Amino acid sequence: MMGKKVIWVLAVVLFLLHQDVWFWNDRRIVLGFMPIGLAYHALFSIAAACLWAAALKWAWPQEVEDWAMEGDELEVKS
Amino acid sequence: MTPLYVIGGYLVLLLGLGIFSARFFRGTAGDFFVASRSIGPFMLLMSVFGTTMTGFALVGSSAKSYTDGIGVYGLMASYSGLIHSACFFLVGIKLWAMGKRYGYVTQCQYFRDRFDSPALGFLLFPILVVLIIPYLLVGLIAAGSVIRGLTVGKTLPNGTVIPGYFPEFFEATNGAVPPWVTGLVIAIVVLVYVFLGGVRSTAWANTFQTLVFMVTGVIAFTLIAKALGGPAAATQLVVDNAPEHLAREGKISKAQFFTYAFIPLSVGMFPHLFQHWLTARSAKSFRLTVVAHPVFIMIVWVPCVLIGVWAAGKGMTAPTPNAILAKMVAVLVHDDIVTGIVMAGILAAIMSSLDSQFMCMSTMFTHDVVLRCRGDREISDKELLWLGRGFVIVIVAVSYGISLIKLPINVFDLGVWCFSGFGALFPIVFAAVYWARATKAGVITAVVLTAAVWAGMLYYDLAVFKVDYPHEEFLVWGMMPVAVLFGVCLISLVGVSLMTKAPNAAVVDKFFPKGRGNHQDAEA
Repeated sequence: MMGKKVIWVLAVVLFLLHQDVWFWNDRRIVLGFMPIGLAYHALFSIAAACLWAAALKWAWPQEVEDWAMEGDELEVKS
Repeated sequence: MTPLYVIGGYLVLLLGLGIFSARFFRGTAGDFFVASRSIGPFMLLMSVFGTTMTGFALVGSSAKSYTDGIGVYGLMASYSGLIHSACFFLVGIKLWAMGKRYGYVTQCQYFRDRFDSPALGFLLFPILVVLIIPYLLVGLIAAGSVIRGLTVGKTLPNGTVIPGYFPEFFEATNGAVPPWVTGLVIAIVVLVYVFLGGVRSTAWANTFQTLVFMVTGVIAFTLIAKALGGPAAATQLVVDNAPEHLAREGKISKAQFFTYAFIPLSVGMFPHLFQHWLTARSAKSFRLTVVAHPVFIMIVWVPCVLIGVWAAGKGMTAPTPNAILAKMVAVLVHDDIVTGIVMAGILAAIMSSLDSQFMCMSTMFTHDVVLRCRGDREISDKELLWLGRGFVIVIVAVSYGISLIKLPINVFDLGVWCFSGFGALFPIVFAAVYWARATKAGVITAVVLTAAVWAGMLYYDLAVFKVDYPHEEFLVWGMMPVAVLFGVCLISLVGVSLMTKAPNAAVVDKFFPKGRGNHQDAEA
C-alpha cells in the first residue's frame, strides 16, 4: 500500500516537473546540439518510463488480473 | 518514379503481411473482434503505439516545431508519455478485466451495463461516431496530400512548367497523383487485411507499420543531420538564424502549456484503443506497453522536432508547414529511395491508426446497433462474424466517400476538436472504473452537457473566430478549450451523481467486487 502511495506522489511530482517555467526562455545548447528545453523534456520521457516501471513493481494491480482470470470467460457478448 | 516504387513495394508487403496474418484467424466472431483476447506484450505495445500515433507523429511534429519551435515536444510528446501510460495503467487494465470477465467488445456495452442504462448506450454511440469520423478522415486526406506533394510538377524560375509524374493519366492535376486515387488505394489495402483477419490482422499490420515509421524518423534524422554538417552544425544554424525556435517564450503561453495536459487523456476514451486493450492475453501484456510507450514517443518525436527547427534555421520554405519534412529530405538528401522510404513511413503512421478506426467502427455498428435492435432473434457466431465483415466494407466505403466531398470546414481543425471531445469525456470512464457512487443520471447529464458545450465552442471557433483570426488557435482565458470542457464534464458528473439516488447494489457488486482492492463507497 505504501509503495502505491509513493508511486502516485511521484506521478504528481513528475507532472509538476513538466511545467518547466525555469527553461521557458532558456536557449542554451547541451551535448553540442540539443536545445536545453528539448533535452529536459526528452529526459522527462525517460523519467516517465522509469516511473511506470516502478509502478509495475510496487503498484501492480494483481487482484484485478486474478479477478479477470478466475471467472468463466465470455469471449464476445452478444 | 523510384519513390513511388518504394511506396508501392511497401503497400504490397503490408498487404502480404495482412493476408499472411489472416492464416492465424480462428474463424470466430471473438477472434475477428478481439483476437480471442490472445495478443501478447510485444504486439500489444506495437499495435497500441501505432494506433495512438497518427501521421501527426512524423508530419505534424516537424511542421509544428518548424513554426513554433521546440516547445511542441513538451506540449504533445512528453505529456503523452506520462499521461497515456497512466491511462493504460489505471484505466486500460481495469477495462481489459471487465471485458474479459463479461465479454465486452465495445465501450457502449460496458457503459450500458456499468450504469444499468440502455439509454446511455444509445446516447454515447452517435457521439463516439461523430468524434471518430473526422479523425478517420484526417488520415485519408493526409495520405492523399502526401502522395500528391511527392508527385506534383513544378514551375521553374524561367516559367517552364515541368509536369508531375503521370501527366498522361492525371491531366487535371498536371501529372500529380490526385488524392482520390491515393485514398482509394489506401482504403483497399486496409480493407483487405481488416476484412480477412479482423483485429488480429490489424495488430500484425500495426506492428510492422510501427517499426517502419519509427525507423523512418531515425533514418531521415541521420541523413539530414549529415547533410547539414552534423547535429551540432545544424543546431548552430538555428542559433544564428532562428533563435526564438530554441525556447517557448512568445510561441506558447504557460496556461496553454499547462492545459494541454487534458488532450492526451483522450486515449482513455478512444473506442479503437478500447478495442485493442481488450485483445490482451492477460493484464501482464500491458506491462511492456506502459513502460515503453514514453520511450517510443521520444524515439519518434525528438528527431522530428529537431528536423523542424533545423528547417527553420536553414531558412527552408514549403507550401505548407506539413510539407517541411518531405522538403528537407528532398532538398538535402537527394536520394529517391530515401524519399520513398520517408513517404512510406508517413503512410505507415497514418494507416496504423486508420485500420484500427475502421475496425472499431465496424465493431460498434455490429454490436451497438444491429445486435441491440435484433429483438429476440438469435444471431449465430458465423452471422456475427459476417456482420462485422460487412460493416468493415460499409464503413470503409462511406469514409472514403466522405473524404471525396469538399467539406466547408478544415478537417484538420475538426480533428483537434475531436481529441478535445474524447479528452473532455475522460471523467466518465475514470468514474465508471473507480467511483461506485457515480450514477446514470450523472453520466448522462455529463455526456449531454459536454457534447452541447463542445458543439457550441466548435461552432464559435470555426464559424466566428477562425473567420477573423484564421491562423490563431482558439483559447478560452488563455487555456485550451478542452480544459473548460473537462471541467463541465467533471462538475456535472460529480454534482448530479451526488444529488441522485445511489446505483443499485447488484450493479455495484458486479463492477466493484469486494476483496479486490475496491472501496464499496456507494450508499444504499
